[in-house]
Amino acid sequence: MTKFIDIKGVKHAYRTKNGPLPVLDGLDIEVPEGTFCAVVGPSGCGKSTLTRLVSGLMKPDSGAVVLAGEEVASPRKTVGMAFQNPVMLEWRTILQNVMLPLEIVAPSMAKAEAEGRAAHLLDMVGLKGFENKKPSELSGGMRQRASLCRALVHKPQVLIMDEPFGALDNFTREDLWQTMRDLRAAEPFTCVLITHDLRESVFLGDQVVVLSGRPARTQYVLDVDLPADRTIDILYEPKAVEMLHLLRDQIRMAQGRDGDMH
Amino acid sequence: METAQKILVPLLAILIFLGLWEALVWINNWPDYKMASPSDLPPAFMKYKALFISGGWETLWRTVAGLVLAVIFGTGLGMVMGFSRIARAGLYPLLVGFNAIPKATLVPVIALVFIGQYDFNTVLMAFLISFFPIAVSVGIGLSTLEPEYRDILAALGASKFTIFRKIALPKTLPEFFGALKVSVTLAFIGTNLVEIVSPHGRGLGALFLSGQTNSDYPLMFAVLIALAALGIVLYYAVVALERIFAGWAERNPG
Repeated sequence: MTKFIDIKGVKHAYRTKNGPLPVLDGLDIEVPEGTFCAVVGPSGCGKSTLTRLVSGLMKPDSGAVVLAGEEVASPRKTVGMAFQNPVMLEWRTILQNVMLPLEIVAPSMAKAEAEGRAAHLLDMVGLKGFENKKPSELSGGMRQRASLCRALVHKPQVLIMDEPFGALDNFTREDLWQTMRDLRAAEPFTCVLITHDLRESVFLGDQVVVLSGRPARTQYVLDVDLPADRTIDILYEPKAVEMLHLLRDQIRMAQGRDGDMH
Repeated sequence: METAQKILVPLLAILIFLGLWEALVWINNWPDYKMASPSDLPPAFMKYKALFISGGWETLWRTVAGLVLAVIFGTGLGMVMGFSRIARAGLYPLLVGFNAIPKATLVPVIALVFIGQYDFNTVLMAFLISFFPIAVSVGIGLSTLEPEYRDILAALGASKFTIFRKIALPKTLPEFFGALKVSVTLAFIGTNLVEIVSPHGRGLGALFLSGQTNSDYPLMFAVLIALAALGIVLYYAVVALERIFAGWAERNPG
């Protein structure tokens, strides 16, 4: 399969008062088209910087981010983004919030068509009947579902998610994993998911990339060869448990610890 | 029931207030040159009805004109401060210093600079006294916009102007209206300040002054009440605008 997203030797440092602060130092990630790449790593290792690089909001100091054969130099309309904080515009209804990207990407699209597209996505994530509610009337999990719809409404080739389920309780999170799985089955896209939840990375990912501590480099890549139609139960099967242990060890190494402290 | 409560309760409060005021004057047996009572006011209003109407109109339009200028200038200034850290660092001390000057001291200054331009002077003072809260609130509203809000559209390659129009501007509206409620009262004070301190025979302020000169104390109190009424009208006009443009920020209780 072709490398749809190709991150090659990316290095990046932030300028601070105390001199440059390197956050990425030799990042290599390859994501084939239509697959799901989960990125895990210790906190503060530069994972969020990675999302800004792939979306073109930032340029790396050196190295390259290549998307569909073209180097990413600026934001592009073929990208969708979802953040940990599912920011909703409080003055718009849920449906209008989901339609927002279409106003930028396809301003000439007929309103009825845009509404239909947004309503279809809301239906898929289980928010049918909430189209005309205000964001403040929805729970955190529902807002995150709506935020996923907004990220996907313009049929992006790439979906970038920065800890989108981080602030949710466990059961809501597992619900959303399954929603994510169903969305992928319904409309294919290539996905980069930043997370600190190893179970999430194994359940959703086709590959899991482990980053080292700051400055981050690619430390380990795990191929998740589990069937595409996974259920939560699969996480309790030996194969997945083995992967989780392996990832746990990798994270420990990334944190600079060689084994269990106890 | 709810509407009745909204209208009847404030009405009742006003009546109780007037009743207590009347009682205070009667019990102490104060003459009207010490303190006029509410029952002295209707005759004063009737006597100078034409002056109240023309004066009230003059005070009103100058206040609104000053406020409109304050909204335009304050929003512009707030945008500059909200988007540019350098502009914020440079302008903030200047603004705070200017705001700290008691505006009464500016009346003679303005009167000398723009000599004889009574309408202009009054509108200018209403403007000068009221733009500060608007500039500060718009500036803070824009500069504290969470980066995620910007990134929703920035990640799609939207222009800065589009981000401002679709996100930053509507998001700042509740703060803007909060400031406008303060500004409308300030502008009103500014107008009256000029009308009273720099007399030129116009507006409710001038009517107040003529009451003072002629020792017509019921008239002075009547002007105060008229000013209060006009202030209430202006304030609730802003509240009505807020409901229309930023009603989404109001959460339903419960």
